[in-house]
Amino acid sequence: MSKILIRGAKVLGGEPQDVLIDGETIAEVGTGLDAEGAEVVEADGKVLLPGLVDLHTHLREPGREDSETVLTGTRAAASGGYTAVFAMANTFPVADTAGVVEQVWRLGREHGYCDVRPVGAVTVGLEGRKLAELGAMHESAAGVTVFSDDGKCVDDAVIMRRALEYVKAFGGVVAQHAQEPRLTEGAQMNEGVVSAELGLGGWPAVAEESVIARDVLLADHVGSRVHICHLSTAGSVEIVRWAKSRGIRVTAEVTPHHLLLTDELVRTYNPVYKVNPPLRTERDVHALREALADGTIDIVATDHAPHPHEDKDCEWAAAAMGMVGLETALSVVQETMVDTGLLDWAGVADRMSFQPARIGQATGHGRPVSAGEPANLTLVDTAYRGQVDPAGFASRSRNTPYEGRELPGRVTHTWLRGKATLVDGKLT
Amino acid sequence: MDTHAKTHASDARPVLEGPDIARVLTRIAHEIVERAKGADDVVLLGIPTRGVFLAQRLAAKLEQITEREVLCGSLDITMYRDDLRLQPPRALARTEIPGDGIDGRLVVLVDDVLFSGRTIRAALDALNDIGRPRAVQLAVLVDRGHRELPIRADYVGKNLPTSLRETVKVLVTEEDGRDTVLLGAKPAAPGERQP
Amino acid sequence: MQRHLISAADLSRDDAVLILDTAEEMARVADRPIKKLPTLRGRTVVNLFFEDSTRTRISFEAAEKRLSADVINFTAKGSSVSKGESLKDTAQTLEAMGVDAVVIRHGASGAPYRLANSGWIDAAVINAGDGTHQHPTQALLDAFTMRRRLVGRDAGLGQDLSGRRVTVVGDVLHSRVARSNVDLLHTLGAEVTLVAPPTLLPVGVESWPCEVSYDLDVTLPKSDAVMMLRVQRERMNAAFFPTEREYSRRYGLDSDRMARMPEHALVMHPGPMVRGMEITAQVADSERCTAVEQVTNGVSIRMAVLYLLLGGNETALTARTTEEK
Repeated sequence: MSKILIRGAKVLGGEPQDVLIDGETIAEVGTGLDAEGAEVVEADGKVLLPGLVDLHTHLREPGREDSETVLTGTRAAASGGYTAVFAMANTFPVADTAGVVEQVWRLGREHGYCDVRPVGAVTVGLEGRKLAELGAMHESAAGVTVFSDDGKCVDDAVIMRRALEYVKAFGGVVAQHAQEPRLTEGAQMNEGVVSAELGLGGWPAVAEESVIARDVLLADHVGSRVHICHLSTAGSVEIVRWAKSRGIRVTAEVTPHHLLLTDELVRTYNPVYKVNPPLRTERDVHALREALADGTIDIVATDHAPHPHEDKDCEWAAAAMGMVGLETALSVVQETMVDTGLLDWAGVADRMSFQPARIGQATGHGRPVSAGEPANLTLVDTAYRGQVDPAGFASRSRNTPYEGRELPGRVTHTWLRGKATLVDGKLT
Repeated sequence: MDTHAKTHASDARPVLEGPDIARVLTRIAHEIVERAKGADDVVLLGIPTRGVFLAQRLAAKLEQITEREVLCGSLDITMYRDDLRLQPPRALARTEIPGDGIDGRLVVLVDDVLFSGRTIRAALDALNDIGRPRAVQLAVLVDRGHRELPIRADYVGKNLPTSLRETVKVLVTEEDGRDTVLLGAKPAAPGERQP
Repeated sequence: MQRHLISAADLSRDDAVLILDTAEEMARVADRPIKKLPTLRGRTVVNLFFEDSTRTRISFEAAEKRLSADVINFTAKGSSVSKGESLKDTAQTLEAMGVDAVVIRHGASGAPYRLANSGWIDAAVINAGDGTHQHPTQALLDAFTMRRRLVGRDAGLGQDLSGRRVTVVGDVLHSRVARSNVDLLHTLGAEVTLVAPPTLLPVGVESWPCEVSYDLDVTLPKSDAVMMLRVQRERMNAAFFPTEREYSRRYGLDSDRMARMPEHALVMHPGPMVRGMEITAQVADSERCTAVEQVTNGVSIRMAVLYLLLGGNETALTARTTEEK
């Protein structure tokens, strides 16, 4: 197998080192490594991270191939520096059987840009009434470990309790989309000063927080662990912080857009800013950044949600919710966390690779950059600054809220088990 | 009418001063009484802005001469202009029809300057929507020529031969603090519309 | 430059006064034998109504016709047009027919803003009510009615509503009329108090330039005008208030309450009125209720807005907000 020598890379942001890849694994990390017989990649002071892991991606296949497919989605992931993504279950048909999850898993393997770990639905058809065959999905070739009705909340307390209990048998985790449905009927944006002015249905913070509070207490009661998807409010942070201090096994994610954008943007009525959970206030953004820095929030997950142009080129109320995120996530995290001094690159590796791999049990991902580990790596030009141009996206969809915005950082190389998926910013 | 054209006070010279204007208006008042045979059915309608003040002065003089009340009002022609599309919308001025309307009466339109005739055309259109006068006449303080429509004044204060490069500006005490008629050179603005 | 009228909040004080003054002149046209002006001859205005509103549409149509515009009525209610995509398609279709202005009523808040700012069309956009967002011509006609009654028809020219106290009562949460009125009345110098049960006030109302009260009886004696908003009976089913009877008792305007208002104070209603709910028939039919006058004034205000936006080669209204793109 081929050898690759990455020369002069700041591993996790540290002093420049050389990293030698031999076949699928990292052979050696050190200085002045011998390049004999190896293809040399001059890192030139770029930052080398373990391949990023996204616990929350919508690949849309099967069912909505007009917005994304496993192929285009995993290419977008490789572009963004990811080597593993967890594909959410809200496809058509819903990923609530072993058959569907295996299909998605297999497509990911065939395309080879990024490992695809399917997330199984908690309930049949995401309807919140009847548990899906969680065990069968776990035992399938896809080996599902994360279960979520994402897009919908498992709002029935009994169903949620049973799911939390049931997955203990095989060490699974339930990822909750925390949204009290009655409190968010007709909700269009964060409820507050801006919604009052714009006359858009309010989406109160409490609709998220009350479900998180209930679920951490449930997890505690049944001795299970629970993962909170896309936490978006300062109040949610407080609840998770409290739960963790009590030793409750809760993990939480935040999306890049909730670290950067606020509901003030909705004043444009441009549906590119319409997302679930909604963009919140400046105060929430700061609480989320702090929580990610201090570890209250464990990981960054993209909630990459592709939509075709026509689903956003309309009035706000009619538009679909969601934003693409795989190809801009690292840049937004650099902008909001690294360049602000809240997190160093080792911290980024932790929040975007180590921890998500641990929570999702993505074997072979989120490993240290050291000899003997799988060569899942991402090389980032952190000195770069440039405007986001959706035309260059590998994703099939363009619904990014960052079009034209200047952001730092650019992923130049991604290696999946030693095989380059991205070279000099170009997909292989 | 080109009251909106910019006239540089410095290079504009007066062609009528306060006393001339008063004299001219008195003469016009007498002509109206003569032509209208007593002026008992006359309604004076001034065209805003300065035509209104001139109409009021004429009415006062007519009342002096005839010792009867003379009806006087205003007729805003803004929304009847044919050059609306050529500039931003103007603020509207008041149309005030005195008494019980103009039907069967002799309407004398009063304006400061008669130029292309387009203002008067608009005024005739506006009158048409208000009622049916017995006859319509026109009194102007200055006729500067260059008609673009078949319109002429019945009463003219002063005929003032001008070139198109010149501007005529009427100032009245009520609006401008003094009575005078200024003749000046038009600043050569590139692409400026001909009046 | 403000080419569109999307929100009452976009109007400066001078713009608003200019519109009211212009409407005052337009109103005089209604007293003439020929209630028509040639001003918008050759201009085409489409009334694009995605929501049923016969009153507003007829008012705009009367205004457009009095100014001699060519009028196209497009009512899209109930058809497949309620889907977002179609707003764009419909608007583009109409523009392809050479429309100069679009008067739009839409159930989705922000639809007129999108239409004006998304590069879909070039025509001027006039908001005739969007969702629970704005209804700027309603606010203008309300202000016009207040200025006439409280300041005077001629004395009001050039004047705003400085120091006048206006109370807006009812379902503020779901009311574009309330939002538009708070914005415009504030711009015109009036002091606004919103009175409603707490359930019918939006979270975030505390940032609005007005006072908020839950007690109508305390507010009435200090009001120069009391504006009653329509309260839809179906709100009851969503637990916004217990019963119609309780709502009327606490927030309805009856003769007893009206007697507590100052002698000169007006009772206003944007219509359609729900008699017996927010207003008793006796109050609605009283001399002090301006509901019918408001309808008349609506035509004058809409004529003024159409003239100022479309009458010349560019708009007469100044820009306060930056348009997107």
